[in-house]
Amino acid sequence: MDTAVTAKKKWWSGGYSPFNVSYGKLMMWYFLMSDAFTFGALLISYGTIRFMSTSWPDPNEVFRSFPGMGEAHMPLVFVSLMTFILIMSSVTMVLAVHAGHMRDRKAVVKWMAWTIVGGIAFLSCQAWEWTHLFHEGAWWGRNPFSNINGTVASTNFTNFFFTITGFHGLHVTSGVVLNIVILANVLKGTYEERGHYEMIEKVGLYWHFVDLVWVFVFTCFYLL
Amino acid sequence: MSNEATLHSHQQEATHGAVAHDHGNGHEHHHEDSFISKYVFSMDHKMIAKQFLITGIIWAVIGAGFSVLFRLQLAFPDATFPFLESLLGHWAKGGHISAEAYYALVTMHGTILVFFVLTAGLSGTFSNLLIPLQVGARDMASPFMNMLSYWFFFLASLVMTASLFVQTGPASGGWTSYPPLSALGDASIGSKIGMDLWLTSMALFVVSQLLGGLNYISTILNMRTKGMSMTKMPLTIWAFFFTAILGVLSFPVLLSGFILLLFDRHAGTSFYLSDLFVAGKVLSNEGGSAILYQHLFWFLGHPEVYIIILPAMGMVSEVLAVSSRKPIFGYLAMVGSLFAIAILAFLVWAHHMFVTGLNPFLGAFFVLLTLLIAVPSAIKVFNWLTTIWKGSIRFTPASLFSIGFVSTFISGGLTGIWLGNSSIDIHLHDTYFVIAHFHIVMGVSAFFGMFAGIYHWYPKLYGRYLNGTLGYIHFWITLVGAYLIFWPMHYEGMAGMPRRYYDYSNWESFKQFVELNKFISIVVFTVFATQLLFVFNFFYSIFKGRKLTTTNPWDATTLEWTTPIRPGHGNWPGEIPEVHRWAYDYSKDGKDFIPQTVPIGPDESKH
Ligand code: HEM
Ligand SMILES: [Cu+2]
Repeated sequence: MDTAVTAKKKWWSGGYSPFNVSYGKLMMWYFLMSDAFTFGALLISYGTIRFMSTSWPDPNEVFRSFPGMGEAHMPLVFVSLMTFILIMSSVTMVLAVHAGHMRDRKAVVKWMAWTIVGGIAFLSCQAWEWTHLFHEGAWWGRNPFSNINGTVASTNFTNFFFTITGFHGLHVTSGVVLNIVILANVLKGTYEERGHYEMIEKVGLYWHFVDLVWVFVFTCFYLL
Repeated sequence: MSNEATLHSHQQEATHGAVAHDHGNGHEHHHEDSFISKYVFSMDHKMIAKQFLITGIIWAVIGAGFSVLFRLQLAFPDATFPFLESLLGHWAKGGHISAEAYYALVTMHGTILVFFVLTAGLSGTFSNLLIPLQVGARDMASPFMNMLSYWFFFLASLVMTASLFVQTGPASGGWTSYPPLSALGDASIGSKIGMDLWLTSMALFVVSQLLGGLNYISTILNMRTKGMSMTKMPLTIWAFFFTAILGVLSFPVLLSGFILLLFDRHAGTSFYLSDLFVAGKVLSNEGGSAILYQHLFWFLGHPEVYIIILPAMGMVSEVLAVSSRKPIFGYLAMVGSLFAIAILAFLVWAHHMFVTGLNPFLGAFFVLLTLLIAVPSAIKVFNWLTTIWKGSIRFTPASLFSIGFVSTFISGGLTGIWLGNSSIDIHLHDTYFVIAHFHIVMGVSAFFGMFAGIYHWYPKLYGRYLNGTLGYIHFWITLVGAYLIFWPMHYEGMAGMPRRYYDYSNWESFKQFVELNKFISIVVFTVFATQLLFVFNFFYSIFKGRKLTTTNPWDATTLEWTTPIRPGHGNWPGEIPEVHRWAYDYSKDGKDFIPQTVPIGPDESKH
């Protein structure tokens, strides 16, 4: 908006955006709302099935390994590291957005690059964890872990785990791809020419959302 | 076309793949439209509207055609029709539709009409056409995403069409595709590859809906012309706005449900499966819940019925005000009731599941919330009736269809109240009573709204009129026919006749309906033929219809009629007009109508 904003401006009476945001950001917000419903539906399904079951495997037993540590019993250490990495990448994203506001191209490049590194690191961790579980015999339709009360578990523990963390991983992957595209544009000078770095804000919104979803996924699968 | 040059700057930016833009720093440049960019991969919302409409019409003929075929079976279960064998091949050996074909036809009929015709064809057409024109924008916020929205719908259509031709046939477990039937390929031939194609097509369709919906919302919020405050918007726009929000928030849940279903089909999971026998064999699936799918499905499914009806409500409100030359009665109540319906739409889904073993205590809340919907619905009906009350109604085909809409919406809404009571629903669930309810309240009403819209805005689409005489014939036969078809079904349902049966003549209790079923089917054939008359009218008038001589053929107040008869890409050749008043200044201060662009006069009365 290049119209001067005065205190008495009637935001809703047409001619400009009532929230003073571009349509692109507005769309991103609505898209995130809709995506929240996608994840919400998956997580609620998970909750429903889990509460219907008499017992469920113990995450402290399932997620106890750490790369290179052999049989050491380290419950939830690795996933905490993953979570830490992802949250740090959100921090670097904030810094990138901030640098964008300052129109400091160098800093944008630096922080975007770190965000991408964080995303890739997270995905690599996830790849390791999946492979590890796969070698333990877990996959869609296969569940080697028994319930916490010692009974045989249904396969729904692994079914939901792979489906939901996989779906989240897909989101992270597309986030990384988006970030790379945007970084390339920053390097090309596209946003310098355009006069603002709003694109960074938009991918930033997406990135934070994906992180936020992970917090829920993390809670539901690893903590509860 | 010189209008093209006035296209707002965001057009070009979006074409160049960027999403962000500033209004105002426009760099206008002329560009020649090729055939491809004008008619095929068009980014003009008006052309995209036509693409949605014509694709919708084609689907409507196919989907309704399927109902003709299965009504043939219901009317004459013992007769043979050789032409069916030439049409369906081994699906109708000896001219008699097989049970598998019957279920496939019913399923495809529902899917096509609910999603492809009444969602994409109705809201896709008119949201696209009217949002930019009525809020005063050059185009959608992102014309590029808008184009994608159509092409995802097109892809979905292609996949669905392909599924009709695979060897094991299309999906045949009903438009709701409940597991375990839909999850197990061995359970029926319709659950094989046809089901996968159905799911793929529907996933593409969801993408199309999201792309469209995000665009509609941000266009309405961000791109209104100067003076067009939210409360000056015509009710059509409010309706499209709530429709888009419903879609954006409910389709993702359906997508999640489909993802889980796909895993159950192909990855050996048991999200929806437990304790099953198929063909005498025990399946190993444990721990899933078929009811879970129903929750996910109806969380979309119920909002979906409002996604279908809200645009029709919006257009009917508009057409009724224009044709009775009176302001809409209770504008704010109309907006408020749309809002209430949109909220409640998310809170009633389990009324489709009263007999699934749902906890009756929980059911009681869903009964209450369901019956609450009757309140905003009744407000709307009351306001429509008061709007036309003592109006000097111009009985155009559009206004007749709008009045027809009000009639069918009342008839069908009343039976909804029966069904909304869980104790009555135990008897009526899955009978023809439900079929009657939702065909009248959703099927017929939404079609009437759509017809009203087509007759009313055809001049804007093609610069010509539809033939009026054919329009009157179309209306009267359709109205009378619709009641003759669906009214008797209430009685069949109350007598316990279940839906989705292939042949009722085997049941002693339903023998009494043999003649009635014949009668219904014959009316179906007549009404279907009448719709073909409309389709003829539609295509004939594109080329041969009476030409428009004025930009405002219905003496309406809204902005779309301030554009040239055939507006170019960008809609207004000059500046976008400014808006000074609401859309319903009819018969005010001795004037027949005052367009929204006219400034408020010094001694004008308040409305
Ligand atoms: C007062 C308003 C309404 C109430 C209380 C109501 C209630 C219900 C109930 C309880 C059912 C489930 C019946 C059963 O399966 O046993 C039902 C089915 C249905 N209703 Fe309504 N309804 C209302 C209005 C509408 C409207 C406005 C529409 C669409 C525009 C609609 C579309 C449908 C459809 C499509 C079904 C059947 C879906 C299926 O099983 O295939 N209803 N309605
Ligand atoms: Cu419903």
